[in-house]
Amino acid sequence: MAVVGGGLAGLTLGIACAGAGIKVAVIDREAPADMLALPFDGRSSAIAWGSRQVLEGIGVWELLRAEAQPILEIRVADQGSPLFLHYDHREVGDQPLGYIVENRVLRRALLERAAALPDLSHLAPLGVEAAEPGLSGTAVRLSDGQTIQAQLAVAADGRNSPLRKAAGIRTVEWAYPQAGIVCTARHEKPHRGVAVEHFLNSGPFAILPMTGNRSSIVWTERLETAKRMMALDGAGFTAELAKRFGDFLGEVALEGPRWSYPLSLLHAERYSADRLALLGDSAHAIHPIAGQGLNLGIRDVAALAELIVDDRRLGLDLGNPGLLGRYERRRRLDSVTLSAVTDGLNRLFSNSIEPIRTVRDLGLALVDRLPPVKRMLMRHAMGVLGDQPRLVRGEPL
Amino acid sequence: MPAAILPSRRRNYILSLARPSNIRGRSRTKRLMSDSTIDETEVARFAALADKWWDPGGDFKPLHRLAPARLSFIREHLLAHFGRDPRAARPFDGLSLLDIGCGGGLASEPMARLGFQVTGVDAAGPNIQAAQRHADEVGLTINYRHAAAEDLARAGETFDVVLALEIIEHVASPGLFLESVSALVRPGGCAILATINRTAKSFMLAIVGAEYLLRWIPRGTHDWRKFLRPSEIARGLRPHGLSIGALAGVTYSPASDSWALSQDHEVNYMIFAKKRAL
Repeated sequence: MAVVGGGLAGLTLGIACAGAGIKVAVIDREAPADMLALPFDGRSSAIAWGSRQVLEGIGVWELLRAEAQPILEIRVADQGSPLFLHYDHREVGDQPLGYIVENRVLRRALLERAAALPDLSHLAPLGVEAAEPGLSGTAVRLSDGQTIQAQLAVAADGRNSPLRKAAGIRTVEWAYPQAGIVCTARHEKPHRGVAVEHFLNSGPFAILPMTGNRSSIVWTERLETAKRMMALDGAGFTAELAKRFGDFLGEVALEGPRWSYPLSLLHAERYSADRLALLGDSAHAIHPIAGQGLNLGIRDVAALAELIVDDRRLGLDLGNPGLLGRYERRRRLDSVTLSAVTDGLNRLFSNSIEPIRTVRDLGLALVDRLPPVKRMLMRHAMGVLGDQPRLVRGEPL
Repeated sequence: MPAAILPSRRRNYILSLARPSNIRGRSRTKRLMSDSTIDETEVARFAALADKWWDPGGDFKPLHRLAPARLSFIREHLLAHFGRDPRAARPFDGLSLLDIGCGGGLASEPMARLGFQVTGVDAAGPNIQAAQRHADEVGLTINYRHAAAEDLARAGETFDVVLALEIIEHVASPGLFLESVSALVRPGGCAILATINRTAKSFMLAIVGAEYLLRWIPRGTHDWRKFLRPSEIARGLRPHGLSIGALAGVTYSPASDSWALSQDHEVNYMIFAKKRAL
């Protein structure tokens, strides 16, 4: 099989399948060394418990364990309101609610694991011109003139997926009038594994605990304001950051560069075409409010890898339509639900109209007092709700 | 290769022209007495569809849909029988397998991927050509031959595994067919058959449902009277040293629109039979 795009989701799938003895080519435009450089991606990802299970099952977690910060509590607070929602991991078991891992660390671990697998060939930097499906396979044409014959091509080539477009799969998308500012903050006091989400009028402001006295900031801001913030000098930006951060962890300082990403939601009409499966952002890019984008991608990986490995064990052609149909059915509900929920949350929380604020505060307080509802929400956020693939359940492929 | 085989095949066709009107009574005896399993009209019907085997949305769509359930029965019993490692990429390396009535190679190819050294035979020449063409395209080495089961049995060939999937309901002489299957299994080896039961339910589902109402398969694909009960297959194998090791139903679930193994043998079913080691 050929995985087009060696980002987080693509590499994870390649590793899962190659680890189970399937020959995989992962093709990426970027050279691995460039992807590890700091300016490439300064973001951190929230790794839900279910995603951790997947990474553990494919031998990646042990390579990054030391650099993953467990999230032990999540506090959700509305601006200026005393009511808040409080999630403590002890309410659902012994495990942390999730982890914060720098994307750079995750990438390094994935590349290290990929290099150790004899059945995985990582072709980078190399472009893909086209994937041409036929009755006996799909011909993946590379930018250097080579052609790879594969049973299945996986489009893990991001939200603007050229393969998805070439397959004629349409998308539903809309842009939010918001941008996500991402940076790392160093603070005086330890965070004790507590993640904080402030719902400010301009959008959610998340403080996610990283290793050491550092937190990853995901700051959603109106487009205009975001532009202004990004134009500020270091001191000016830090002042704005500290204003929103608060002083509960003492003095706050900006560490390293800051990034700004436009926010938009994208959902592909179908997740598959002839001998092609869409994976991660090429199928669905959601609002980052709940930190679930990567987790959704990893759940795609767990489902698709299981279907591929099961069909390979039966000796079936991996491009068979039955497999792709099952993938479509298994993943659609999860991602549609999450897209709708995160979009709804964002709309609900990104405004300051008084009645809406009152209702949402009451809602948060109510959820906080209804343990069963809260546990279910937590389990969904942890990625362990419902009928899950073996890797998510912590079982081998 | 086909040129050398054709003359004798033609002779066989003539001998089997008299199709039984009923599986019981005199006509059944006649079928059992025939020296060929080839039914010319059946062969012609499948030969005409030879280029359709690998179109997953085409005439053989039901077989493609059935494949995962069918293959999991085969894999599970063969892994256990030969004591092979379920996690190996090619668990059946070093074992030989014969796929009787291989058609376009829908089962031969998966078996080759799992490590078997596969021989596929079919009574319809165009099927063998289509199967060979496809195996070449996907890069699998399979020994496809235009032949009938009894030809190989008479030549004294044997295999570790013999597959006869959805074929016995299409042959002219099931008695001879089962005898040939038995002879082709090496001592200590096994055979797997898949077919359709002869019950009221199978008449409703496999004939009325699949051929007339849902049009999953072309009308006339199956003749209900040629269907065999599991006990009849067991009786046909036993005198030749094969005993039934497992029986499973393969049932369609409209809710999930898929096929799965079950305890219900009234329509589609599979049999795993083993031959004692010497």
